[in-house]
Amino acid sequence: MINNLNILLPEIFLSISILSILMLGVFLKKSFNLIFNLSSVIIIVTIAIIFNSSNDTEKVFLDSFSRDSFSSFFKILILVSTFFVMNSSKSFICDNKIDKFEYPIIILTSILGMFFMVSSNDLILFYLGLELQSLALYILASIDRDNLRSSESGIKYFVLSALSSGLLLYGCSLLYGFTGSTNFDLISSELNSTNIGAIFAMVFILVGLAFKVSAVPFHMWTPDVYEGAPTSITSFFAVVPKVAGLALLIKFMFIPFANILLEWQTIIIFISVASMILGAVAAIVQKNIKRLLAYSSIGHIGYALAGVATGATSGYESSVLYITIYVVMNIGAFSCLYLMKKDGVYKENISDLSGISKKHPVLAISFLIILFSLAGIPPLAGFFAKFYIFKAVLEQNMYALAIIGLLTTVISAFYYLRIIKTIYFEDKSIAFDNVNNKVVQFTIFLSCTILISFFLYPSILNNIVNTLFFN
Amino acid sequence: MNFPILSTLIFLPLLSSLFIFLSKDQKNNRGAIYISLFASVATFLLSLFLWYSLDLSSPKFQFVEEKFWINNFIKFKLGVDGISILFIVLTTFITPICIISCINSVKDRVKEFLIAILVLETFMIGVFCSLDLVIFYLFFEAGLIPMFLIIGVWGGPKRVYSAFKFFLYTLLGSVLMLVAIIIIYWLTGTTDITLIQDIKIPKEYQNLLWLAFFSSFAVKTPMWPVHTWLPDAHVEAPTAGSVILAAILLKMAGYGFLRFSIPLFPAASDFFTPLIYALSIIAIIYTSLVALMQDDMKKLIAYSSVAHMGYVTLGIFTFTKQGIEGSIFQMISHGLISAALFLCVGVVYDRLKSRMISSYGGLVSYIPKYSFLFLVFALAALGLPGTTGFLGEFLVLAGSFQKNYIVAMLATIGVILGAAYILWLTKRVIFGQTNNEEIKNLKDINKLEIVMLVSLAFLIIFFGVFPYPLIETLNTSVDNLMMNYEQSLIEMNLAKND
Repeated sequence: MINNLNILLPEIFLSISILSILMLGVFLKKSFNLIFNLSSVIIIVTIAIIFNSSNDTEKVFLDSFSRDSFSSFFKILILVSTFFVMNSSKSFICDNKIDKFEYPIIILTSILGMFFMVSSNDLILFYLGLELQSLALYILASIDRDNLRSSESGIKYFVLSALSSGLLLYGCSLLYGFTGSTNFDLISSELNSTNIGAIFAMVFILVGLAFKVSAVPFHMWTPDVYEGAPTSITSFFAVVPKVAGLALLIKFMFIPFANILLEWQTIIIFISVASMILGAVAAIVQKNIKRLLAYSSIGHIGYALAGVATGATSGYESSVLYITIYVVMNIGAFSCLYLMKKDGVYKENISDLSGISKKHPVLAISFLIILFSLAGIPPLAGFFAKFYIFKAVLEQNMYALAIIGLLTTVISAFYYLRIIKTIYFEDKSIAFDNVNNKVVQFTIFLSCTILISFFLYPSILNNIVNTLFFN
Repeated sequence: MNFPILSTLIFLPLLSSLFIFLSKDQKNNRGAIYISLFASVATFLLSLFLWYSLDLSSPKFQFVEEKFWINNFIKFKLGVDGISILFIVLTTFITPICIISCINSVKDRVKEFLIAILVLETFMIGVFCSLDLVIFYLFFEAGLIPMFLIIGVWGGPKRVYSAFKFFLYTLLGSVLMLVAIIIIYWLTGTTDITLIQDIKIPKEYQNLLWLAFFSSFAVKTPMWPVHTWLPDAHVEAPTAGSVILAAILLKMAGYGFLRFSIPLFPAASDFFTPLIYALSIIAIIYTSLVALMQDDMKKLIAYSSVAHMGYVTLGIFTFTKQGIEGSIFQMISHGLISAALFLCVGVVYDRLKSRMISSYGGLVSYIPKYSFLFLVFALAALGLPGTTGFLGEFLVLAGSFQKNYIVAMLATIGVILGAAYILWLTKRVIFGQTNNEEIKNLKDINKLEIVMLVSLAFLIIFFGVFPYPLIETLNTSVDNLMMNYEQSLIEMNLAKND
């Protein structure tokens, strides 16, 4: 039993740390800075712990919890992205008076939930992790509680998300009923396409998961929550839960539902195509950058799902690659928003970027790199992400999916170009306040450097991802 | 040879653009201009050295660099042969000229402009060096980013529309090529073109794959009816942008046909020859007629580019030695002549801020040096013997006469129309009545402009009279190209007969 605890070390460390800084926060006054810095330290220590643990697959607690390279990879991705998202948003948090000490604690709690999600090998543990994460996210969405939009987005997210959780839970119970087990491995061996009840369960679970990664047609909450929530929360929403959600989706397809591939493949293809098209078309008319990024993230999830839809290991690998590069791009994009501050107010409209290239050449060129990467133009990293996806899709001879995906790339290039047009081609020259925020600048710099230099050694990420699916 | 000369050639401009980015802003941006001039001239000299040390008697790719890039999948493979070296030298020659031209014509954000030009040079050289489909696609598409910015930031009043049209047209054309590249990978297990040529793509796939590549190259060439982005882009782009667009970017497609479409899909190339003939003839005759009707100088030259590129595609698909050599010659020649004409328009545009033919007239009385050079380039554009323009068109027509009488006849009509619109343009701009009082105060070309234009004029006449160095460079590679093509057609036919 004690040895088993060793395997849960990251989770245990995280839980104890969360509880202790919670105590600290309750008893100390004005403790936001301290708690914030402590949580950064906790994240780093957790990363170190995961790095030090071995990569062998081990399943403990009646096989309900599995530690393998897959979950470790996603945990590190979650932690690293949270680290950058949190630290780059610190001055934004302080400026907007949402510097409550609960803020970092809730973020850590949601991470803990995600940890259990990606490590779960059992329906019950998976559901508990998911709910822990979701509850934390509801609070985060409405953390600026005096702001009408923030509260509205929190409520909206809560109602819709609770509904989807209900469906998910219903699916889980059906699955248990028809297979007689809650364990992923056992479900996998029990399932086959003649088991109609289990296929119903699969549909329900897929709906719930699609909601969490905001894939069409369960995306309705995304633009509103992205726009309503404070930018610091939006950037968290755009990155971290997406990673966890996709990891979970891949895991479901890879283990419990591996035998009913033909049944779920059609659904995923539909969701993927719909997301790609809606993400590309609906973003064209947006004026608010956060809303635009919401639609763009829907589109990106569509591409990542196209990789899942192949039902092949190479496809899953390409999805993991895609989401990793997506994280880098989105952290960069949201960090740019923190520099759009004029007369002490953070700007969110595309028109506010008009002609900033004259006064802020470095911000402009960073934005340019990130946007071209999001559009998937070579030689930036975004191109490779798409390239791997389409390579995997075409391997399975899914020509229509690949061609639709590439055409939507062209459509979505249009709205990214529109932002670049606003930044570079317009004659106005807006000047933002001189924000001297080293952390944000460093984050943007790091993100751009990764995006540009990715083409020098594209195999680095490949090599890591290739080891994830060997169990 | 262990020194990676091709990588140096590709990344030297990129590296120098990094220096410019980091350099401090100075008055007149002298530092940035010097760095970029130095880098681009160094690149030019390096490419000349490459040309000099190329073994012209060998049909193989030389200076091959091969590096594992994506594990077990794609190799970063570069190499040159007699065909690609000419395009590389053309690129490295045109770039310093563009940089010189922007000293006079670009007034704001000079530093960024130079960076864009140098980054673009990197991608263009990369296109002509790559021996791997994915690397080729990478460089081919990457060129869109700097060109989009060059048109959009430094362009004319309708620049936003033109830049978007340019970007989206080209991107839409290219994505299908990406699908085709990946399919080729799954069919043959490699994207290395020298290997694919040996493995041979099954005939039933060739037609669709050829069409996918065609969709990209046709937009880029540009061929009728997808040429409409070109006049817009040319008119709105700044002078240096137009020069690069006409002189080099359009050549990527012709090069693509030669390097990829024909060797990889010989059966399909044979099958689609009538299509290419038809589109080329339409391009030659229709766009020449359209060019006659233009009242904007840049637009007129843009339409004439479409017509000239019609000869290029026609020549390539004659599959005769004269035709292919002629079309490559025509590409080089058009690269020099159209660059020179756009520079000429740029010279007067900088002074009068008008591109309309009607606002000029009688220039010869006021700026004789300029008028003389303009006349030289105009005559080269209409194909006067003794200039490169003549040789290119002549070889293409000679090649097509061997294959298809009617096509050649129709193409010849284009030569007459070409003479018509160019001469009419010259008459209205250089000679005739002076309608505009401002012309009387025009200053003749300055030293920098003389350097640019005279060097172009020299090359146009030199290679027009003495084409031997170019033809000799091409000779073996074109022979090899045709030999492979004919051989694989024979093999295909044998397979059919069995």
